[in-house]
Amino acid sequence: MSTPALAIRNLSKKYEGTAAVNNISLSIQPGEIFGLLGPNGAGKSTTINMIGGVTRIDSGKIEVFGFDNRKDYRTTRRMVGVMHQEIVIDNFFTIDQALRFHAGYYGVRDDADWRQHLIDRLGLKPHLHKVMIKLSGGMKRRFMIAKAMIHKPRLLILDEPTAGVDVELRHSLWNFVREINRQGTTILLTTHYLEEAEQMCNRIAIMNHGNLIALESTRTLLKELGTRSILIHLQTPIEKVPDNLCCQAAELDDTGTTLQLTLSTDQPVGDLLRRLCDIGLPISDIETRKASLEEIFLQMTQTSKAIS
Amino acid sequence: MNQRQEPGFRAWLPFYTLLQKEIRRFLRVASQTLVTPVITASLYLFIFGATLGERISVLEGFSYAQFVIPGLILMGVINNSFSNVASSLFMSRYLGNIVDLLVTPVTPTQFIMAYTLAAMLRGLGVGAVVGLISCLFATLPWSHPFAAITMACLASFLFAQFGIVAAIHADNFDSLSMYTNFIILPLIYLGGVFYPISILPPFWATLSHLNPLFYMIDGFRYALLGVGDLSYLVSFGVVAIMAMALFIWAASLIMRSHRLRN
Repeated sequence: MSTPALAIRNLSKKYEGTAAVNNISLSIQPGEIFGLLGPNGAGKSTTINMIGGVTRIDSGKIEVFGFDNRKDYRTTRRMVGVMHQEIVIDNFFTIDQALRFHAGYYGVRDDADWRQHLIDRLGLKPHLHKVMIKLSGGMKRRFMIAKAMIHKPRLLILDEPTAGVDVELRHSLWNFVREINRQGTTILLTTHYLEEAEQMCNRIAIMNHGNLIALESTRTLLKELGTRSILIHLQTPIEKVPDNLCCQAAELDDTGTTLQLTLSTDQPVGDLLRRLCDIGLPISDIETRKASLEEIFLQMTQTSKAIS
Repeated sequence: MNQRQEPGFRAWLPFYTLLQKEIRRFLRVASQTLVTPVITASLYLFIFGATLGERISVLEGFSYAQFVIPGLILMGVINNSFSNVASSLFMSRYLGNIVDLLVTPVTPTQFIMAYTLAAMLRGLGVGAVVGLISCLFATLPWSHPFAAITMACLASFLFAQFGIVAAIHADNFDSLSMYTNFIILPLIYLGGVFYPISILPPFWATLSHLNPLFYMIDGFRYALLGVGDLSYLVSFGVVAIMAMALFIWAASLIMRSHRLRN
């Protein structure tokens, strides 16, 4: 196995005695799009800040492509680009000036072709010579992605990059993220749009109250923890849910014409269909629906909350 | 476009870039950062050089304008060196854009050097312009020009370090302005800019020796006029030690303070 793009071992951070991050370990392979999910205050941004060097580590270790991010911080920081959750800009300068400065901070001489590529790809050209304070929120977000990418990092960290941006921009940003991932950049992202995490990420970790409560491939997470709902529409109403249906839960709506059944993902639907035929229910239509990542996320974080 | 071509790393480019950014920052608002302090100092020069100064004599063999000019030049150097770092660094912390620097490979040494050099450039620039304008009011003997430049650089360096300390310790604009209004300003006015310490009653003269600004102003005046209350070795020695102490304090804050990285 190749050296992980990011390896976090037993990482902890406390603020005034309260654990913001509690002994988490995970690794991300080069080329992955990895999702770090969790409710507000789960410890995602603290973890990201410790990777980037903005927050000091209490205990544990972070390695970026095999380099310790404290001992070899000059090496690791050159390999990491961070787009922070909050909009952080310097109002004194224009987009063009700020991008040039940012390349310099990383010890990289300005690469005009690459800078132009980012400007074109993120639609920044019409605003290039405007000072930051005059930019819209969406444009500031685009600029922040360009800023995080200007030194060509091997690991790009995006902390809720689409928070508060419109649908069109969100889609164009995700397309851009997919594009740079195809070109070889490893991506670590946090988002509150779980549908997007489901579509974008190879693997997902879920944090809650500073703890890592899940770390799986997106497919496994949906398969092992997800459920399927089956809606049975009936031609004529029934009075109660039939007995001995082979499912986890069954519920009849008020009209008596729609029966909602819940199956685990590994339960064959054929058994249920045979049972429904045996009973002789007057079925007019059947709908099936898989649990989304959002439902799994809510289920896991609420269970974790109850335990803690 | 192949972004896997790893760009070459130039170890000192982060320093040059940060220095360039800091210089462009104060040049961008030159009316506040350069013109205003020069106008303020020019008003002092007019009042003490062309009006009141002709009726006052505090140092034998020198006009009052000649006496007061070294202190006014140094006042410009000190105030502007301090406020350049203090306002830039504090605003970065306050607005949150300091994280843009903290995630980069800029080392603590480069960080301090870039902020300090930009502050010194502004402070010494204002001091030089005030010095030029002062030629309209009086001619100074410039007894020890090398010593004068050294003291101006030491004072500028020292207050740039103090600016870093203030910017990291301040929690809000009020606490930052306290450094200027309740520390720097009284120390300047009581440090012998407008009067020689030797004319004070013994108790106040002794107390003035606890004022670090006294050593800077006296040493600078000695370098320009050839006379001072203290031996120039004492003035330069005390200022150099204080500059070193503040540098160590600022460096330890940059490297270890949780107020910066948390």
